[in-house]
Amino acid sequence: MSILNLSALALSEKIKAGEIKVTEVARLVLDQIKETEESIHSFVSLVDEDAVMKQAALLQEGIDKGELTSPLAGVPMAIKDNMCTNGIKTTCSSKILENFVPTYSSHAVEELEKAGALLIGKTNMDEFAMGSTTETSAFGITKNPVNIEHVPGGSSGGSAASVAAKQCYFSLGSDTGGSIRLPASYCGIVGMKPTYGTVSRYGLIAYGSSLDQIGPMAKTVADCATVLEVISTYDEKDSTSMKRSDTDFTAALVRDVKGMKIGIPRDYFTEGLQVEVKEAVLKAAEVFRSMGAIVEEFDLSLVEYAIPAYYTIASAEASSNLERFDGIKYGYRTKEYEGLHAMYKKTRSEGFGAEVKRRIMLGSFVLSSGYYDAYYLKALRTKALIKKAFDHAFASYDMILGPVAPTTAPKLGMSLSDPMKMYLGDIYTISANLAGLPAISVPCGFDQAGLPIGLQLTGDCFMEKKIIQAAFSYEQEMIQKEVE
Amino acid sequence: MKNIISDETMEYVGILAKLELSPEEKEHAKQDMGRMLDYIEKLNELDTTGVEPMSHVFPVVNVFREDVVCNTDKTEEILKNAPGVKNGMFKVPRTVE
Repeated sequence: MSILNLSALALSEKIKAGEIKVTEVARLVLDQIKETEESIHSFVSLVDEDAVMKQAALLQEGIDKGELTSPLAGVPMAIKDNMCTNGIKTTCSSKILENFVPTYSSHAVEELEKAGALLIGKTNMDEFAMGSTTETSAFGITKNPVNIEHVPGGSSGGSAASVAAKQCYFSLGSDTGGSIRLPASYCGIVGMKPTYGTVSRYGLIAYGSSLDQIGPMAKTVADCATVLEVISTYDEKDSTSMKRSDTDFTAALVRDVKGMKIGIPRDYFTEGLQVEVKEAVLKAAEVFRSMGAIVEEFDLSLVEYAIPAYYTIASAEASSNLERFDGIKYGYRTKEYEGLHAMYKKTRSEGFGAEVKRRIMLGSFVLSSGYYDAYYLKALRTKALIKKAFDHAFASYDMILGPVAPTTAPKLGMSLSDPMKMYLGDIYTISANLAGLPAISVPCGFDQAGLPIGLQLTGDCFMEKKIIQAAFSYEQEMIQKEVE
Repeated sequence: MKNIISDETMEYVGILAKLELSPEEKEHAKQDMGRMLDYIEKLNELDTTGVEPMSHVFPVVNVFREDVVCNTDKTEEILKNAPGVKNGMFKVPRTVE
């Protein structure tokens, strides 16, 4: 089996056993990028080759000396370009940050570097994480490695594509409304959004702060659990960071779902759901049943209200968060202007792309006096109702099973012309962000065109271990079935 | 479309959002915003009387720390990111006439 096909954990074992050197792995990955990057374009920027090789040698030394013992030591990774990396350009795929070089790293990246993971590059994304296709990037689109005529999903499209194209062994994405789970599903990999507050947002360039959460993307459930375990440390620099004592997520890599209660929302299986997706998800439910889980249908309610509530809240928070991009302290500044305010306006109008401007304007509007109650507070009240509906569901079920997205990956260029339609693609993922819930996307088959389908398991707050255990069990069962 | 966005509203939103749109962009934005508001108004189907607005799912409390400098001086690196610099400071257009 080729080294590039290995999971992060399998690679780590080979490195630990001395069967392969970190420098050799780095060389393989750099060559793979050279070969595939032109057609896929997962990255906004790559770490300088010499720097990667030098760091790889250092990591090998640390492993040899017994200083680096983490399972991620020496494993090449990619980071979404909205997470600050000290001394490495971080653009959010926006012209307004085209030359921004952070002077510090985000907490999650720091934790991974401490564990000895090897940073390869910064991945492409929808501009400021606003989009579901990675087509709103100011630096070109990313293509789906499974079929390059299709989008990789978004907004963490580059992070998903880099793993699927074997340009790295795992990546970090961020998920505000499905931005980890959707591209994971479209590219046929595993992606996980943890409970809000589990991973520090320090150094993550904010979009919708009450919804944003960093999470892992990888080939296997075990890899995701391992990465999440490393990045889930308490951080006083994020006031919403949680002190959790149950972040030993790899302890949940147990193949056992006997007696687990899994609910399938009847209201997820409505119009707009691709038949093949529906069939694949229901087939997965059967697999869970055959493994001893109790699978039942139920009515979740309020499903169709999640998207309008989300766009109100996320846009409102975005309009406030993105006010900092004013052409003063960093980033792009317009060339000609008269006076301070004209400079702000021109800089922002030239620096932001269409989707970002659309959301900033909507956000400014719903927060403006006279409309604040009718739109913004109404959305926050709806959020409370949605949270209550989930509380009710989790009183009866350990987790909720459903599709990640209504369809498989759309063709390139088909989504942006109708933003409203694109927004509907997030119908199954968005509510986990509104309610702060952990959710994982696991591959569960292909449609007739050969495009991957994703299964989503959503747990109650802090119940990552349950969904990791269930996802792991399913994954192992499917591997076994394939062998048989 | 139920929500017709007037030029005045667009002007006002432009001021709030600190964005200056070209005439074509403005026409497009009016349409977009109207459609989005129509869609968002779906929330009016829900009776939310007596429901408290939920800004965060978990209680959020401020994190306090001692007021001591704990970061190193990175003035030079930070200023490297600025579009305009003068005498070790950010250079901005004249703000007071």
